[in-house]
Amino acid sequence: MNKEARLSEIVAAHAAREGALLPILIDIQIAFGCVDDDTKRHVARALNLSRAEVHGVVSFYHDFKEVPAKLPVLKLCRAEACQARGSEVLADEIFAVAQGRCQIEPVYCLGLCSVGPNAMIGNDVHARLDSPALARLIESL
Amino acid sequence: MRICISEDTLAIACGANQVAAALVQAAPDAEILRVSSWGMHWLEPLVEIDGIGYGPVGVEDVAAILGGSSTLAIGTIAEHPFIQKQQRLTFARAGKTRPLSLEDYQANGGWLGLNKARKLSPKAIIETVTKSGLRGRGGAGFPAGIKWKTAHDAEGAKKYIVCNADEGDSGTFADRMLMEGDPYCLIEGMAIAGLAVGAGKGYIYVRSEYPHAIAKLNAAIKASAHIFAPFAIEVRAGAGAYVCGEETSLLESLEGKRGEVRAKPPLPALEGLFGKPTVVNNVLTLAAIPYILAHGAQTYADYGMGRSHGTMPIQLAGNLKYGGLFETAFGITLGELVNEIGGGTESGKPVKAVQVGGPLGAYHPVRDFHLKFDYEAFTAVGGLIGHGGIVVFDETADMLSQAHFAMEFCAVESCGKCTPCRLGSVRGMEVLDRIRAGGRAKADQVESLPQMHNASKTGRGLDEQMTLISDLCETMKFGSLCALGGFTPYPVMSAIKHWPEDFGASTDMVKDKS
Repeated sequence: MNKEARLSEIVAAHAAREGALLPILIDIQIAFGCVDDDTKRHVARALNLSRAEVHGVVSFYHDFKEVPAKLPVLKLCRAEACQARGSEVLADEIFAVAQGRCQIEPVYCLGLCSVGPNAMIGNDVHARLDSPALARLIESL
Repeated sequence: MRICISEDTLAIACGANQVAAALVQAAPDAEILRVSSWGMHWLEPLVEIDGIGYGPVGVEDVAAILGGSSTLAIGTIAEHPFIQKQQRLTFARAGKTRPLSLEDYQANGGWLGLNKARKLSPKAIIETVTKSGLRGRGGAGFPAGIKWKTAHDAEGAKKYIVCNADEGDSGTFADRMLMEGDPYCLIEGMAIAGLAVGAGKGYIYVRSEYPHAIAKLNAAIKASAHIFAPFAIEVRAGAGAYVCGEETSLLESLEGKRGEVRAKPPLPALEGLFGKPTVVNNVLTLAAIPYILAHGAQTYADYGMGRSHGTMPIQLAGNLKYGGLFETAFGITLGELVNEIGGGTESGKPVKAVQVGGPLGAYHPVRDFHLKFDYEAFTAVGGLIGHGGIVVFDETADMLSQAHFAMEFCAVESCGKCTPCRLGSVRGMEVLDRIRAGGRAKADQVESLPQMHNASKTGRGLDEQMTLISDLCETMKFGSLCALGGFTPYPVMSAIKHWPEDFGASTDMVKDKS
C-alpha cells in the first residue's frame, strides 16, 4: 500500500470521531515514525483545516517527530523520582555505550517511581537499571 | 496449587513475565493467575502461592520457591505490616483480582455503587458525593460534589464526563495502578458520574507513556459496555505533553487542538469539552465514587481529618527502601510515611529532602516531618499534597540542581500561552545559572545597551541574584494562567528557603515572599 492510501485509511478510521485530529496524528506517527510536511498537507485537506492549524498541533506535542528516528529509541526517565535513584549518573555513564546503537531520549516519568531508574523501548519497560543492566539492554537492541 | 503474580507494568518491568513463564514450566498443574499489584513495589515481582508471598522473585528463584526452600518468603501477604497499616477503600481489590475478570470484580463488591446509583435521583447521587467530603484527587482538592452540581444545573443538551488520566507528575503512579489493576472501578465511577450530571458520554484521557493502561481500559470498556450502557466511554491517548494534565489544556487536546490552557472562567463544568458542560475529574476521584455510593457518604467521610475526608492513595517513591502504594486516611505524618512505612532511604544515607506533590510540589526538609498529610496543613507551609506523590532524596541531592530542574521542566513543558510561565521559566534557569556562578561581575551585552535604563550597569552580586529569583517566582506564582507556571515557584523557593547553603547564599539573602 502506498503512503497516500495508508494515510487515507488512517484518516477514514477516525474521521467520524469528535476531535479526530489527535487520534489520526498518533496513528500516523506509529505507522510512519514521523509526521512530515506532505502528511500535514494531506490531513489538513481531509479534515478541512488549514496547514497552519495541523502544523500547530503537530509541533506542540513531544511525541510527534519531523523525521523518523534512524536508530532504536530508548526513553530514559529523567524526572525527580528517578533522579533520586541515580538516573543522572546513569545517563552520563551510558552515553558512550549508546553511541551508534540507539538514540537516548529523555522522558518525564513512566509511573514506576519506586523502582527507578527506568527506561522504555517501544512499549517495553525496564526498571531497576544500573550501568551494566542498561548497557546489556542497549547491546541487545 | 494457586499461584498469583501481578501483571502491573511495574511488575513486568521488574521481570514478572519471565517469572510467570518459568512458573508455568516448573508447575504445569498449578493454577496460575495474573492479578493486579499489591503495591509493595520493593517486593516485585511478588509471587503468591496459596496466600503466602515471595519476593522479589527472579527466574532463578522459581525452583526453590516451589520446593519450599526459598528464603524469599514474607508470610501471608494480607497480613504484611505494609498492607495491615493501610485503609484501602479505592484499592480494596489490589493484588486480589484479575484486572479484566468481570467475575472477580463482581465477587469483590463491583457494580454495587452503580446499582445503588440507578435507584437514586441525580440530585440524591450528588448529595451523597457532597456529603462524603470527597475532594478532587488530581491536586487542586476541589469538592467533587460541588463540581458535579454545577454541571448538573448547567443548561446543555449534551454533557460530558472527562477522566483526567494524564498522570505526569514524577513520583505518582496510583492512576496507572488503578487503570491497569482495577479498570472496572474507574468505569463504574464514570458511569455513576454520568447518571448524576446527565452526561451520555465519557472520555478517559490517558498519557501515551502508559500503553499498558490504555490497552487494559479499552479491553475493560469492551467487556463491560453492556453493564454501563446507555453511557458510553472512549479512551483517548495523549501525545507526550505534561501540561495536558491541566484540565482546560486537556479539553483542548481532546478537541484535537494544541494543548493550550484556557482562561477560567468559564468553568469547564459550565463550558467544557466542545463548549458543553463537562465534569473533569482525576482517576482517583472517580474511582472513589463506587465505594461512596455502595457504603454511604458518612462511612467515607469518617476517614480523614479537618476538611480532608476519606483516604488518599499515597505513592512512596524515589530513594526509599520500601516504595509503593500506601492508601490511608488523611492525617498520617510525613515522617511516619518516610521513616516508618517507607523504611528511610534505600541508599542508607540520611534523608535530605522530600518532594511532595510532584514536580510542582515543594521540597520539605526533615524538620517538616511532623506535618500531617492534609490539604490545608501543606498549604499552610507553602507546599501542596498534589496527587499524593512523595519523592525522597538522600543527602547527595544538590538543591540548586533540583531548583534548576524545576525551571527547566517548566520551560520544556510550558504550553506557551502566558508570559510568566513561558519566559519566566527560561529566565529562571538563567538566574539560577548565575547564582551557581556566584553572581556576575559585569553587565552583559543586553544590559549594557543605553536603552536598558533599569538594568544594572555593574553586574549583580549573589545577593541581587537571590532577590531576582524570588521576584521572578512571585511573578510566576501570581501571574501564570495555570498551575504549571503558578506552582513551579514552590520547588524553587522551598529549595532556596531550606537549603540556602546549596545556593552559596546566607540565610539573610533569602527573600521568601510566599
